Amino acid sequence: MIKIQLKMFATIAQYLPQYPDAFAVEEGTDIEMLISKLNIPISEVKLIFVNGRKASFDQLLKDGDRVGLFPPVGGG
Amino acid sequence: MKKNKLIERYSRNFNTLTEQEQSLLLKAKVCIAGLGGLGGAVTEMLARVGVGYLTLVDGDIFEASNLNRQLFSTEATIGASKASVALQRVKAINSDVNVTIYETFLTHENCNKILNGNNLVVDCLDSINDRFMLQKAAQKAKIPLVSGAIAGTSGQVTTIYPDDSGFELIYGKTTDTRYSEKGIESLLGNLSYCALFIASIQASETLKVILNRGNTLRNRLFIADLMTNTFDIMTLQ
Repeated sequence: MIKIQLKMFATIAQYLPQYPDAFAVEEGTDIEMLISKLNIPISEVKLIFVNGRKASFDQLLKDGDRVGLFPPVGGG
Repeated sequence: MKKNKLIERYSRNFNTLTEQEQSLLLKAKVCIAGLGGLGGAVTEMLARVGVGYLTLVDGDIFEASNLNRQLFSTEATIGASKASVALQRVKAINSDVNVTIYETFLTHENCNKILNGNNLVVDCLDSINDRFMLQKAAQKAKIPLVSGAIAGTSGQVTTIYPDDSGFELIYGKTTDTRYSEKGIESLLGNLSYCALFIASIQASETLKVILNRGNTLRNRLFIADLMTNTFDIMTLQ
């Protein structure tokens, strides 16, 4: 298992697990699998950042990664 | 305005801004697209700091649901054109600012004409589709665009230059099946302090771009969540 840090914004914050700073996932987990494991409908995630850089749904997670998940924000 | 009065008006801008920078601002032409929660506040700040030319665009009128956050909405202005109320407000703050208003929504047909002659456009729109349309027009006009968006207590700001990928990096391609016209603000609403906070970052970006100073959010996204006090700047590419 590896541990990652999760940051989830706005409507996605409701899916935040109990220990977001040390969330355990199996090695070989990618972002799409992570979203599924967190029970977030994939259509709700628009932007993904890993360690402060934009990432894609197929990016593999590494131990210690900081993952940010964001919904689309468009209000003015 | 006479030079002494001019210096007095902007005296509290100095010495964070130099007199030369103030002169640059007085010559700057900025378009503000959308005069709601973000656009009203950006207009107010740019008029006060001394941006000399403002083009204000919104086809909407004020409604009671705007009162929770939109600075130019009052009980007395309900039913009035947002652009026309914004013009009156700017003139009351700083009569030296040259204001042009368009009491119309931006469309593919009118946005090139409206941006023409401006040095920068501030995106304060409330639809993701319209943001893409504005970006295309800004690219055509070869001017930078400072974009802000809000939902609930979350918000984001980025600065897009004509050659940048821009919104595609944030919202995906317009053909993306995950793409929809409205963001999560349709679920979460918009709170006053979040609108004013994000508008402040947009005003700050606008000045930095005009003055070619400081670090901008080009190819980066400032993200804030005021409920959790999370503030971050993410690299988009």
